[in-house]
Amino acid sequence: MAQQPIEMILLRLWASYIAVPMWITDSDGNLVFYNEPAEALVGRRFDEAGEIKAADLASVFVTSDLNDEPLPVTEIPTWVALTDRIPAHRKLRFRAFDGSWRNIELSALPIEGQGGRLLGSLSAFWEIEKEIEKEIEK
Amino acid sequence: MRVTLWGTRGSVARGGMQTVRYGGDTSVVEVEGSDGTRLILDGGSGLMRVTPGLGSFCERIDVLLTHLHMDHIQGLGFFYPLRDPDIQTHIYGPVSTTMGLGDRLARYLSPPLFPVRLRDLQAMHLHDVEPGSFEIGSFTITADLIVHPGPTLGYRIEENGSALAYLPDHEPALGHQEFPAASEWTSGFDLMRDVDLLIHDAQYTDEEYEGRVGWGHSTLGQTVALASQAGVKTLVTFHHDPEHSDEMLDALLQEALKKKPALELVPGRAGSAFEL
Repeated sequence: MAQQPIEMILLRLWASYIAVPMWITDSDGNLVFYNEPAEALVGRRFDEAGEIKAADLASVFVTSDLNDEPLPVTEIPTWVALTDRIPAHRKLRFRAFDGSWRNIELSALPIEGQGGRLLGSLSAFWEIEKEIEKEIEK
Repeated sequence: MRVTLWGTRGSVARGGMQTVRYGGDTSVVEVEGSDGTRLILDGGSGLMRVTPGLGSFCERIDVLLTHLHMDHIQGLGFFYPLRDPDIQTHIYGPVSTTMGLGDRLARYLSPPLFPVRLRDLQAMHLHDVEPGSFEIGSFTITADLIVHPGPTLGYRIEENGSALAYLPDHEPALGHQEFPAASEWTSGFDLMRDVDLLIHDAQYTDEEYEGRVGWGHSTLGQTVALASQAGVKTLVTFHHDPEHSDEMLDALLQEALKKKPALELVPGRAGSAFEL
C-alpha cells in the first residue's frame, strides 16, 4: 500500500495524542483513522474497524439531522470540507457501530499541503446529548 | 551511477584527529550519471571537497538541497561554480508557503552573515521543489516531504534500474508508540522502498535520543529497522553527531552488526564511493 503524505502521517500521530474525538479522511473521502476518544462514540476500536471506503461510509454511519430527517452526504461537514475546501460545522445524528444513535456537533477542516494539494480532512466532534436534553427541558 | 560521500557529519563541521576517518565536513553527496550528469546532494561544508576539477569538464551542475538548515547550505557561499558564468548551476530546495527559495537562501547569502549577495552570483537557476518527480539528465528524481523540523525533502534518484535514496535528516519514529510502524504511515517509506543504496540519518544512540525527541534525527537502531522493513539492500549511516568520535562510531557500528541486520550496513565515510 502506498505511503500517506507526510502531512497526513503527522496529523494522524497528533490526533492519536488528542483527547477530543477526531476522524481523518484522505482526499478521496476514505476514513483512514479515528482516535481513541472517537472510538467510544463510533462504537468500535479503529484497529477492529479498519479503514472505511468513502463509498461505504453512508451505509456504515447512517446520518440524520437532529429532527431525524435524513441528512444528505453533501451536508455532512466532512464532505463539505473536502469538496468545497472550506471549514464546515453542524449538529447531526449518526448510527454507531453498536446500533445506537449519537447526537454530535462536528467541525471539519480541509487539509491542504504546500502547492495547494488537497490531502484530506480532519473532523473533531463532541457528543451533545446532555445539551439537547437541556434544550428540551426548556 | 556513481555515488561519492564528501560530507557525512551532522549539525556542525567537526575537524580534528577524532574525526579523520569518518570525516568532519557536513552533508554533501555527489552523484554522477552514466551520461555525465552530475548532481550534488546538499551544500554543507563538504562542498569544498567537490569543487576541485569540476570546471574543466562540467557545463552544468545541479544541487539538490533537502532543507535550508545551516549545515546543509553553508558550503554554497564558497562553491566556485556559483561565481563561474560558464557553469550553469541549478539549485533545488523545498517549497515554502511564505518565501521563495532565493529569498530564503539570501538570509544566509547576504551581509552581515556573508559578504557576497545571492543576487550577485552568476548563472544560477533556483527551483522550488514540491513533492513529485522530475528529470535531470539521465536521472529520474522523486522528492517527498519527510519528518524534520521545517520543510524538508528526501530524494529518490533512479537511473537504468538502480535506485538511491537520500534522507540525511529524518526522524520517522517521532510520535510512534512502536517503531517501525506500518509502512503506509511511516515517513519516507516510499522513497526508500527497495532501493539499492540508502543514505540515512543515524545521528544518535538510543540514550541520546531519549533527550532529543523532536530534534529531527534518528538512532542507528531505528534506521536499521526501517531500512530492513523497506527492503533496502545497502544502508549507509550518515549525519554523524559532531560529538561522536571515529572510535565511538566504530563501536556503534559493531554493536549494530552483532544483531545481524538483513541488509549490508556501511558506515558513511567521507571520500567513500559506491557504484550502482
